[in-house]
Amino acid sequence: MGNIRNISRRSFVKVVGLASGGLVLACNTDIFSDKNKKPENLTNFNPNLFVQLNSDGSLILVASRSEMGNGVRTSLPSVIADEMEADWTRVSVKQAVGDKMYGDQNTDGSRSIRYLFMPMRRMGAMAKAMLIAAAAQKWEVPASECTAENHFIIHTSGKKIAFGDLVEIAKTLEVPNEETLQLKDPKDFKYIGKNLKSVDVESYTNGSAIFGLDKRLPDMKFAAIARCPVTFGTVKSFDKTETLKIAGVVDVIEIPRVERPFGALGGIAVIANNTWAAFKGRDALKIEWNFGDNEVYDSEKYMSEITQNVHKQGKVSKDVGNVNKAFKNADKIVESTFQLPHLSHAPMEVPNAVAWVQGDTCEVWAPTQEPQASRTEVVEYLKTSEEKVTINVTFLGGGFGRKSKPDYVVEAVAISKAINAPAQIVWSREDDIKHGYYHTVSAQYMKASLDATGNVTGWLHRFAMPSIVSTFSPGVDYAAGFEISSAANIPYDIQNMKVEVGQAPAHVRIGWLRSVINIPHGFSINVFADELAAAANKDPLEFRLNLIGADRILNENEEIPFDTARLKNVLKIAAKNAGWGKQLPAGHAFGLAVHRSFLSYVASIVEVSVIENKVKVHNVYTAIDCGIAVNKDTVKAQMEGSAIFGMSLALYGKITAKDGAIEQSNYHDYQMVRIQETPNIHVEIIESTESPTGVGEPGVPVIAPAIVNAIYKITGKRYYNLPLINAGFG
Amino acid sequence: MITLQINGEKHTIDVAPDMPLLWAIRDVIGLTGTKYGCGIGVCGSCKILLDNSPVQSCMIPVSMAEDKNIITIEGESENLQLLQQSWSDLNVPQCGFCQPGQLIAATALLDKNENPTDAEIDEAMIGNICRCGTYQRIKNAINRTVKLKNQN
Repeated sequence: MGNIRNISRRSFVKVVGLASGGLVLACNTDIFSDKNKKPENLTNFNPNLFVQLNSDGSLILVASRSEMGNGVRTSLPSVIADEMEADWTRVSVKQAVGDKMYGDQNTDGSRSIRYLFMPMRRMGAMAKAMLIAAAAQKWEVPASECTAENHFIIHTSGKKIAFGDLVEIAKTLEVPNEETLQLKDPKDFKYIGKNLKSVDVESYTNGSAIFGLDKRLPDMKFAAIARCPVTFGTVKSFDKTETLKIAGVVDVIEIPRVERPFGALGGIAVIANNTWAAFKGRDALKIEWNFGDNEVYDSEKYMSEITQNVHKQGKVSKDVGNVNKAFKNADKIVESTFQLPHLSHAPMEVPNAVAWVQGDTCEVWAPTQEPQASRTEVVEYLKTSEEKVTINVTFLGGGFGRKSKPDYVVEAVAISKAINAPAQIVWSREDDIKHGYYHTVSAQYMKASLDATGNVTGWLHRFAMPSIVSTFSPGVDYAAGFEISSAANIPYDIQNMKVEVGQAPAHVRIGWLRSVINIPHGFSINVFADELAAAANKDPLEFRLNLIGADRILNENEEIPFDTARLKNVLKIAAKNAGWGKQLPAGHAFGLAVHRSFLSYVASIVEVSVIENKVKVHNVYTAIDCGIAVNKDTVKAQMEGSAIFGMSLALYGKITAKDGAIEQSNYHDYQMVRIQETPNIHVEIIESTESPTGVGEPGVPVIAPAIVNAIYKITGKRYYNLPLINAGFG
Repeated sequence: MITLQINGEKHTIDVAPDMPLLWAIRDVIGLTGTKYGCGIGVCGSCKILLDNSPVQSCMIPVSMAEDKNIITIEGESENLQLLQQSWSDLNVPQCGFCQPGQLIAATALLDKNENPTDAEIDEAMIGNICRCGTYQRIKNAINRTVKLKNQN
């Protein structure tokens, strides 16, 4: 790997002396700059390494992003292979360690394909160009007479040579100038835009896939930590007598809190020879805590406080036209208040990590969405340097944003250092539910005016929710810009609009969870718009299309502007697929929602029935426009999964605190949708040649409001608060 | 000392008799395909076959599994193999973590019911949570397996 850092600018590199004797193709910063697109945050790239072709023709492609069900270990390499004209069956995928040389590895924000599509295409194109040049040199013909096809270079005369047989020559060649690279015409894509099966499916189904929890090292100890029930509380005193009597327990140590956003919460760690002994030993600890300031946190009380804060004027963050005047001149006024609770990510695989600290060096194996942040945290904790810390990324048993926050990596490192042995920290499910980085709790107030013809003339949206920023800057008690934009930049053609933010201090660690702010905003906006349709006595679909208004481009100066025609299109397609307007069985109704997030456009129509307080979702018709869909089957799978994730939060998702402690503890009181509740999920992916945009998250925000809108149609009652079990639905 | 028979192989281990089978399998014997998800028997990630019945190994003390035939995801069974093929063909897993438990539950279903209805599939699989939400594909993969078996 050391050689890679010696890459000169603009050089595809030959790393000689690899055990395999293969050709390693690396690229530099330049390859990441898509000059046509002004990509975000792609400036500080060091040389990168993605392609290794061996002389036997086997091709190793590196996945720099984490695999957590998002399909990146298949989609990213498939883009390289496509441009390279490689044979997909010859490809194996290598997971990158956490290192800046790979560029941004933060597998978060539905950005992996969006950021890496063009760079990966160039990687493949460069490799292909070099192989063509190698063949041309060997045959003493012009390169222009050679083409690449399915792992061979072919000359116009018909002679062909395998990729692997060109390794020796290709290693000696100069790197082609980036400007000379020919990218494929999208109509010639061989893997992009098709359905590729996950490269890991066999290991998932035979149990051989190694998740973080499955990592084992010789003489590795297992550890569990007792953390204060109240966020940021500390240990007053503890008694380990009973714990040390338990067979398998080897040690008990105090881990101080690391006061960083991703630092360890601290507590009492029980070190044992197996996980069960660690859990059992922890249960036997007697600990007295200093609960600290957050002991006051009481969800019921808090909800009423932030609700009061949205019932009075807040900080104005958008003010267009004159909302007050519109309200004064209204034919009809509609106002509603929405309340949504905290959520926990609850990935099937709990947070965990293995660390082995030896002197000032450390190796970590972790299911992390953010290997570079993990590395930074470890470097800070050990006061060592980056090159002494290796972060290996295992499979992630789900992430949903939880595994972007490597507090559990710091814990593993702290323990390994303290006991001078490799250690695995294992969170119990209870730890996961009770000590998370929670999706924010929110209160929202909306008010709108309609004129006599049912047009919306004024729109006020006021919300209060503890900000994610509070995790990074303690004390911040108003939403930040990125938490406002999904309310401020709504695509509705309304003359008078105002958005205000109310105060909401944080009492737990607030983090991002799949779809983030789009969950509360997508909910309130979609439910409220449906309510306005009812107030205007109009069909919700027709009303919504009119509310979006004429085709136009919003936020033109952004990387990928908001195209209202694409938004309307997904809504129309979903409605067409559902058969909007058709006769449904008695007690059934459709509900709709449409939302753009992570730059993708998604609409869902749900068919719901309500029988004796039982909400049943029968069908979900989702349409997504995410630009080019690199792996269609993955996009489809993400929409299917998003429907279930959205249903779980709509029906059951609720995390609450009492006396500062989280009240829920496991899947019995923090419930998930299960198989018998699963609707038929129909997905249409809009054919597009636009740049690829987000997929992992944008399918979620539409589900809950669509369900609520359908329930309204059946029962005549509008539900403004989630989850629906609170209203007696089961 | 407790002797467990797992996937046809005997393992003699020195653990407390009340250790849940899950942890004996994962941490002591080292077969990590069986997953920890909840520890209270509500998520199904740790399912194994104990004398052909699907059980949550987090709820069974290791002493109760002695002298019984244990099959884990790493084991072999005709239905397990057919289901694994369908899982692969329909690209069922997303993150993959819960899938060993899902496959064990589905294997147990097909072992006792050659032609399950959709309601019977739901009943057999209700104890297995998939946070990624792959349920639709799981159902399709079970139905496909049944169909292929009936064709042969």
